[in-house]
Amino acid sequence: MSEIKIPMGPQHPALEEPESFDLILEGEKIVDAEVKLGYNHRGIEKACESRNYIQDIYLIERICGICSHSHSTCFSQAVEEIAGIELPPRAKFIRTIVAELERVHSHLLWLGVAGHEVGFETLFMYAWRDREAVLDILALISGNRVNYGINTLGGVRRDIDADEAGKILGSLQALTERTEYYIQLAVNEPTFIGRLSGVGRLSKEAAENLGAVGPTARGSGVDRDIRRDDPYAAYGEIPFKVITDNHSDVLGRTIVRVYELLESYKMLAYLVEHLPEGPLTVKVPRKIPEGEAISRYEAPRGEDIHYVRSNGTELPDRVKVRAPTLANAGAVREMLKGNYLADFPIIVAAIDPCFSCTDRAIRVVRGSDSEKLDWCGLRNYSIEWYKKRGCDLSRLDPA
Amino acid sequence: MHNDDLIAFLNSKLSKEVTNITSPRDRRIFAETNPEKLVEVTRTIKEWGIINLGTITGLDLGEQFGIIYHFYDSKGLIFNLKVYIPRNEPKVPTLIGLFPGVFLYEREIMDLFGIQVEGTPMVRKYPVPEDWPDGQYPMRKDWKGLPAKKEVITE
Repeated sequence: MSEIKIPMGPQHPALEEPESFDLILEGEKIVDAEVKLGYNHRGIEKACESRNYIQDIYLIERICGICSHSHSTCFSQAVEEIAGIELPPRAKFIRTIVAELERVHSHLLWLGVAGHEVGFETLFMYAWRDREAVLDILALISGNRVNYGINTLGGVRRDIDADEAGKILGSLQALTERTEYYIQLAVNEPTFIGRLSGVGRLSKEAAENLGAVGPTARGSGVDRDIRRDDPYAAYGEIPFKVITDNHSDVLGRTIVRVYELLESYKMLAYLVEHLPEGPLTVKVPRKIPEGEAISRYEAPRGEDIHYVRSNGTELPDRVKVRAPTLANAGAVREMLKGNYLADFPIIVAAIDPCFSCTDRAIRVVRGSDSEKLDWCGLRNYSIEWYKKRGCDLSRLDPA
Repeated sequence: MHNDDLIAFLNSKLSKEVTNITSPRDRRIFAETNPEKLVEVTRTIKEWGIINLGTITGLDLGEQFGIIYHFYDSKGLIFNLKVYIPRNEPKVPTLIGLFPGVFLYEREIMDLFGIQVEGTPMVRKYPVPEDWPDGQYPMRKDWKGLPAKKEVITE
């Protein structure tokens, strides 16, 4: 049979982000795949060189809409290491709380996408409903659903008070119950297992050789987690288990993520209950002394690596970012080989490639007061806003 | 200690090849080597327990380029091996034979710094687009943006 080449992407309904795959097919089977990346390259590393360290935190936070805290923490850690700054304990805990909340919302988002890709729309709806509870907590703590802006050099910008802590613990209880139900589903439901088992195989050796990271590697039995191996923030002080699974396929990656959810809930409860008292920040000089540092961070998708080199001024000399999806890109080709074309979406989704979701307004801040607006209020506010700028949209009434 | 173990290994097996070894903190080691010795050094540190390459960082240092290979082991250690090459003849060998996953990182320093990685199989451009003009290397410090396109005005 002759080979057929099918281009998937850069814009394709099965992909949430622009990336492109050329699939070589023999009948319905994928015999090889070519991965093309780079459509989202925005020159952030270069842009960091012309901004100061504080500005860079906000720029780097926008590398990704989902793991924004991962990147800003990873960068801050590198700069703090060069400057020789030790964070106050409370700041470490708050960074870790936001980090774990981010992992929970990212994994729930992934679970929904996975459900959607295999035609299990109920799971998609349930997982995304639960994700709202986490986003509400994040909005409560930071004021934002994504791009939390919690980090600053030498600490964190916002505190968690007793009332907020209580709300976090309340939500965690509900989330734990629901996630236990999803675990029942992931390990017991025959149709779900039948759809995921044996799909997108990646052996332990291949995962190690190709440098796969995060749940993609742990789903192939690679026992590696930066939180345990190279502890940062408060991870050295809290108990947790690293989840691995030996299925080495999409099912394995699913099992790793759902059990990681449970582990994160336990960690969050521990962190909130043991939150140490004390200041939130220490002072960091505007000019960072000459030096270099490499910082690692276990983001929801795997290991982030940031390298920062300073030259004694307010601006960094070099900032290098390695995001986890790039490390997993090599493994995708291996996973696709030998599978059916119809398995393509779930295989690609199973490495959890990054995508953003930022569009929802919950509060409009005017001066120092914030007020909650419902849908009509928000619409009227926007009409007034445009009217002041000479554009009357009120006649465009959707009703 | 984990760091001391690798430093002792480097001093006994690669005392000539690897120089300027520093260890700023736990699980972090920086060192230097020659571009000619890079493949040999990489092969030897794999024997010690380096399992893969995290990423490659390019540095523009004016007269020369610096390249940092960030290797890691399974216990949280990162070994940063630096190589310096002259700006007018920027060439390093590929590590694809030792770590099959490195092609994207090698392609990055090729496209962003204009460093030749000899022997890398990755021919397509990354991360710059396919129609990116030759000789434009955005991460070099003297890069001022793409030259303006000539506008063709027709009557």
